[in-house]
This record gives sequence, structure tokens and C-alpha cells, in this order.
Amino acid sequence: MNIVEKILARASGKSQVAPDDVVFAKVDKVMVHDVSGPGVIKVFDKLKNKGVDVSKLWDPTKVWVAEDHFVPSAEKISAENIVKLSNFTKNYGIEKHFKYGMGQYGICHTLSHEEAMVMPGDVYVGGDSHTNTTGALGAFACGLGHTDIAYVLLNGQIWFKVPETDYFKLNGKLPDHVMAKDLILKIIGDIGTDGGNYRTMQFGGTGIDEMSVESRLTLCNMTTEAGAKNGIVEADQKVVDYLSSRGATNAKVFKGDDDAQYANVYEYEASEMEPLVAKPFSPENVAIVREAPSVELDKSYIGSCTGAKYEDLEAAAKILKGKTVKIRTEILPASISIYKRAMENGLLTIFLDAGVTVGPPTCGACCGAHMGVLAKNEICISTTNRNFPGRMGHVESETYLSSPMVAAASAVTGKITDPRDL
Amino acid sequence: MEPFKKTKSIVTPLDKVNVDTDQIVPKQFLKLVQKSGFGKFLFFNWRYDENEHPKSDFVLNDSKYDNSKILVAGDNFGCGSSREHAVWALQDYGFSVIISPSFADIFFSNCFKNGILPISLEQNIVEKLQQESEPIEVDLENQTIKTSSDEIHFDIDSHKKKILLEGLDDIAQTYQFEDKISEFEKQSTVPSVL
Repeated sequence: MNIVEKILARASGKSQVAPDDVVFAKVDKVMVHDVSGPGVIKVFDKLKNKGVDVSKLWDPTKVWVAEDHFVPSAEKISAENIVKLSNFTKNYGIEKHFKYGMGQYGICHTLSHEEAMVMPGDVYVGGDSHTNTTGALGAFACGLGHTDIAYVLLNGQIWFKVPETDYFKLNGKLPDHVMAKDLILKIIGDIGTDGGNYRTMQFGGTGIDEMSVESRLTLCNMTTEAGAKNGIVEADQKVVDYLSSRGATNAKVFKGDDDAQYANVYEYEASEMEPLVAKPFSPENVAIVREAPSVELDKSYIGSCTGAKYEDLEAAAKILKGKTVKIRTEILPASISIYKRAMENGLLTIFLDAGVTVGPPTCGACCGAHMGVLAKNEICISTTNRNFPGRMGHVESETYLSSPMVAAASAVTGKITDPRDL
Repeated sequence: MEPFKKTKSIVTPLDKVNVDTDQIVPKQFLKLVQKSGFGKFLFFNWRYDENEHPKSDFVLNDSKYDNSKILVAGDNFGCGSSREHAVWALQDYGFSVIISPSFADIFFSNCFKNGILPISLEQNIVEKLQQESEPIEVDLENQTIKTSSDEIHFDIDSHKKKILLEGLDDIAQTYQFEDKISEFEKQSTVPSVL
């Protein structure tokens, strides 16, 4: 069995599972945030009216809560939702609630690894489509709707159809100035935004072995944009060491069997990779940066679960050091822990000296919520994950998706720029 | 949930592919959590201009389609964010059937939680249905779509079919088996591979 099949077999108490089997799996961790949480509370209210006992959760220690989309509260409705969420966690005895203004908090898909909330081999579900991110720790991680999350909260289980797995193999180490974001854009450009529908996208090969855990998180994060059920990388010693550095000492190496089967294998040569962008209005609309249209950019946005991990900020800082931005540029570290490291290591000074506005951790403008949304006709280059019409603000604004290095280089020139040409 | 057996109406053709959930319900309405009343936000940015006046060129603003219960859209419908609000909006607006060559996974699953029937059909059949000006009948029991000139079969998982036919709520339905589940749990020993 491959790693996903092994995880789902273990979680459903079976010795063997195969693609298309339907399994009822025990869930190890579940997450809600300030958009899905209030939605789940509504489902609970509805169930209560039908006579279902919703007085306690299956296991409050396996539930954790993030505040990320509309925080710090964007206006009064989101403030109400934060109160609602706080009451919910208090009433149900959920201790892992990362609250803004109270120490560590940040984007849920960043906290999942920064706070070592998920372990290799876990079944992890979240009320957010980018829950796929955390598959980089060797977990089966996927997003669910509000009703399904409510069910998991009450029962600790959920059914899955075992997905078929496509294996994306990277041969060799990515060149300097080419990041994991470029690789995942390349893959989405190749297979399309529905190329992974209800499939697992697994990443492996020497290039992935060489890659940091944070880069692998970027790959798994955007499997969502290919429609995948989940993304995954086998948990090697790097993952174990990473989780250990984040305070979890019980993580173990977890891989598929040697004779694991894959539906399709796609191979990529690292040495052939180049910095890429996804043009409006689809993540599959991929172009090589050096061949991208010469548009006048209005903004550069370095943020989100996709592009504001520590490594992403470090990459942007390399480009921005000693330079001045030509267009409005925002950098929003994805969590307080990353923010603090960026401060301690001098990255924030580099950003501020370059003229960048550094914001608090939040999903912010990635989902068009607040903190620098786009006006009509504004054009933005962004390290985020979606560039659908209106995603980052006005429906007639445009977003180009890129790596943090390309977004930083473009901030300096005001045009879509390959960092090698700066 | 209301049972769904069959429906007959003209189709609303939405000639767009990769319709993501932010087009179905834009993010500014996500903060609202009541399950009803989302219909007025459906396809908001396509339906209304900046002054919130209806845009005459958008299909939902054509009164011909006012009573349509069947939306026929392009490939990969419902991609993007997992927001269940998208399904709440379609249902509240009055759609009970959505036809597309393919659906995004989380959206597809959310439909059945809220009494909406998503039907996947071949691209050329979907395109033909988008041209259909006469009412069509979607019959879940017999898994057929009757048009003025054709009868088309569609596939659906038998369990999902039952959920819609009987108006069962996924969660309530599982609770019918609570005794059996507890019994099974007692016997089950889950091997650990870690």
C-alpha cells in the first residue's frame, strides 16, 4: 500500500485498503476557524432542534481552533463571530484555541505545523479547503464542509473513498531562485485545475528529499487548486526533526510500502524548472516569468498559508535587502512564531527599510477579506494560492500568483520580474 | 431536509467553466452564518453592478429563468474554498439540480448535505442541455432527464440517491444506527502502524 492507503487502513481498522474502497476512518485531529467555526455552530443548532445530543464533543483534546480569516476583527460581524467562537471553545472544553492578541496565533494551515498539531500518519480534517497543506507532514489531510465537520466533532469519524494516487517525482534539487511554488504552479499548469479531482497528489523523488519541510508544505497547499482530495509527502527524518523542533517528540518516520502502487507517475527535472507566474484568472494559467506580459503592477502581496512561512520571508528578504520597493508592498507573516523569528533575524528591518508595510498574521487580502484588498483595475502579484475573479478584492482587479522571490523582485521593479534579472 | 424525487423546469444555462465558490457567494457574505437567506447573494458580482443594480446581461436577471430549478454549468463547478455557504445560496435561490461535466469534491459532497442533486454528464450533453429552451424533467428515482426530444440517463451512487429521495440528513441518518455503531466500536481493535 502507498502512504495514503496505509493511513486510511490503519484509521479504519483494516489490514488492507485499495482505491475506490469506502472506509469509515477515525479522525486524529480536526480544526475549525473563524469562518467554518460559526458555520459548524449553526449546524449544531439545527441538529439540536432535531433532538440530536450536541452537548459534548467526541474528544475536545483532538479539536483545535484558529482565528485567521477576518482577524484582527475586520468589522463588527467578524468581531461577533470571534466572540461566538470563543464561547464555543469555552463551552466544549477545547483548550487549543489560538486567539489573536494572546500570544501565538496565525493562519490555521501554518499553526498545524508550527504548533505540531498534526503527526505523520494522522487523519486530519479541517473546515477549510487548504487543509491539504498539512499532508506535507506525512498525514492524510483534507478539507470538509461545515456539516461534515459537525459530524466529526460529534463522532470522531468520517467516511472516505480511498483516492487513487498520482505520484509527482522531482529529480534533482531545484535551482537557486526557483521555489516550491514554481514547481506546484508548473504541475497545475500541466494537469489543470481539475486534474487532481478526488485524487491524492503525492510528491517524492530526490528533489523532494532535498526540500525543506516548509517547501513541501507549499506543494501540498496548492494541490487544492488542482482539485485534489489531498496532497502528501512521506514523512522522513526531516519531518521528524522539524516536528521535534516545534515541540513534538513523538513523531516517527512514516512511509508507504516498497511495492506501493500509483495510478500515474509524472516526472519533473529540477534543472529545467524556471520561475513562473499564474496569470489571471486561474491557477492553471501558467507562464514563464521571463515571458510574462509586461504589465504595470500596483501591488505586491507576500502573505497567506501558501507564501508567508519563515522560509518564504527569508527568500523575499534576500531580494529586498538594500532595495526600495516601487509599488505598494505588504508582507504578513503567517503566524506570530514566524513574525518573531523574522524580527529576531533582522528580516523585518530589511522589509521596513525597503518601504514594505508589515502586517499581522491573517488570511487578510488573500481571500479579499481585509488588510489591503484590491480596487477596481488594480493588478497585484501575490504569493497566495487563488487568482479567481475578485478573489483579492474588486471583481475587476487582477492577481498574478508567484513565488515570494518573484513577488519581491517584482515589488522592486513594478513589473513581473524574474529574480535572476534583478 | 425536504425529499427530492423529481423536478421539471426550464434550465438556467451558465456558460462558464471553473465556477469557484467565491463567484457563487463572494467572501463579504461569509461572515453571515444564518443558513437561510443566502439566495440574494448568489452570483452576487455577476448579478449586480457596483451600485447593486441588476446587470441585464447576466442570465439570472432574465425573468425568463425566474422559476428555473435547474442550473446547467461548465466544467469543474464549485471549485475553490470549501464554504458550504455556496450550496446554501443555490438552494435558497431555488435551484435543486445542478448539471455540469464535473464538480469539485467538497462542493459535490456539500450538495447532498443540503438536498441538492448534482449531476455529472458528458460535455456534449451538457452543452446540448444549455441550449434547451423547453422545460426538462429530472427524475431521480429513474435516474433520467427528459427533454423535449431526448431521454438521458445519469449515474448516482445508490446511497446518495436514497439520502435525497427520502430527505435524510446525513448525520441524522447515521444516528439511526447508533446502537450498531457502539456495538461495532466495542469489538473493533484498531491496529496501530505507528
